Amino acid sequence: MNLSRREFLQWGAAAGATALSGCSTAPASGGASAGRVVVIGGGIGGGTAAKYLKLWAPDIDVTVIEREPRFISCPISNLVLSGSTTLADISRDYGGLAARGVRVLRDTAVAIDPVAKSVRLAGGDALDYDRLIVSPSVDFMYDTIPGLNNTAAQNEVLHAWKAGPQTLALRKQLESMRDGGVFVFHIPLAPYRCPPGPYERICLIADYFKRAKPKSKIIALDSNQDVVSKGRLFKAVWNSQYKGMIDYRPNSEIADVDVRGRTVKLQFDDVKGDVLNVVPPQRAAQIAREAGLVTANNRWCGVDWQTCESTAVKGVHVLGDATLSASAMPKSASMANQHAKVCAAAVIALLKGQPVNPGPMMMNTCYSFVDSRNVIHVASVHHYSAANKTMLPVKGAGGLSDKPSELEGTYAWGWARNIWADSLS
Amino acid sequence: MTHPWIGPCAAALLAVAATPLSAQDASFGRALAATCSTCHGTDGRSVGGVPPGLAGRGRGELLQLLMDFKSGKRPGTIMPQQAKGYSDAQLEQIAAYFAAVKP
Repeated sequence: MNLSRREFLQWGAAAGATALSGCSTAPASGGASAGRVVVIGGGIGGGTAAKYLKLWAPDIDVTVIEREPRFISCPISNLVLSGSTTLADISRDYGGLAARGVRVLRDTAVAIDPVAKSVRLAGGDALDYDRLIVSPSVDFMYDTIPGLNNTAAQNEVLHAWKAGPQTLALRKQLESMRDGGVFVFHIPLAPYRCPPGPYERICLIADYFKRAKPKSKIIALDSNQDVVSKGRLFKAVWNSQYKGMIDYRPNSEIADVDVRGRTVKLQFDDVKGDVLNVVPPQRAAQIAREAGLVTANNRWCGVDWQTCESTAVKGVHVLGDATLSASAMPKSASMANQHAKVCAAAVIALLKGQPVNPGPMMMNTCYSFVDSRNVIHVASVHHYSAANKTMLPVKGAGGLSDKPSELEGTYAWGWARNIWADSLS
Repeated sequence: MTHPWIGPCAAALLAVAATPLSAQDASFGRALAATCSTCHGTDGRSVGGVPPGLAGRGRGELLQLLMDFKSGKRPGTIMPQQAKGYSDAQLEQIAAYFAAVKP
């Protein structure tokens, strides 16, 4: 055998050497760094990118910038609203990434200089990079809802569309609501993060009301023409186990909110409630917009799906909900995790002068609870089309559940525990 | 070859790599298998065992399962739908990758 060290490492990977203890690749401390990668955002996308960079190329220096001390999962967080689980159960720390050699900085990225290849932090430091990965999440477009365009109003009429304090606060509002009260829920026009999430929320709040406040009602004001995801399945549940509890109103785009009057104003109608929950329209977070990464409708970041590199700014990759989604690609946690793996593989190849995978694949799985135990799924597989230069869904693959089941309830929890671990430990 | 770390590893590697893949094939195969890891755990080591782990299972067993899901011979919830998204050659790469991982 006459292999160079690099050939050996690559060949070792072919045989799954990452799993052979004692055969792992040389640590970064032993040799020169193969490059510096900075990751903005430690959610599913950023966490997965950092983890897989270290897993597949330990000689790359990886730094994650994350402002929160812990990861709190948006998936499963509707079960916190219904009282079926706790925020602690859906939170993870960053110790797992640190143990892999990822440097996790608790700070906020405030500016990107793509020419100097540097990220400035709120704490004052600047970090130089060879490749930058931005997984910044979304911002809410409160400027489109005048009555909610101030902090006091936003603290009263909640979105609970980023899991954390808002989730707990909305849970409290629901607990304090009188039996016989009305919960008014607004759904923005697609695309927004987590297409089936609003309809899962309707089910789970109905589930809570059925158990704790059976005279209460839900009015769902959907900006869309119809249920965006799993429509037939959700409607079947609403018309059976929650019959008479849910007033679903499509084509009900919000115009404004009267916070004091507890009223959502539509173009031709006012809808009053005891608890209002307004999910505003969304767009790529501010850091992405300021860095010139937004390419579509002043909202989303276009990327080359072979690498997740920005189509606007060289050397900068964008992941997750902030991207301009490809055809039939949802803004989901599964998808962000899959973006990140394609990105990590491409960044390694680019830093090491190796060919980039010309045909990446991505797979999406979204589970929705219809009550505390029964679950439905939507799934899809996406392939890179060289002819169209984008990801396309594979025809004939993917699909929906036949009906809700407890079996898929156990799979949904298994999915959650695995994606949290796959992304963050 | 005088690297001290290669000795104990070479035998193990030879045992699992019947046909050495090119480095490029290997990294593309690894990325392909990683599409499964979102649900089945990193390198197929499932946290809590649901859905089942894939690491270290027989290459033939895994391939048969995937092909049976794809053809519809084996019922399931998500897997019959997802397996249809991959070519037979891709399913072979996925089975080979997870079979070579230590459970």
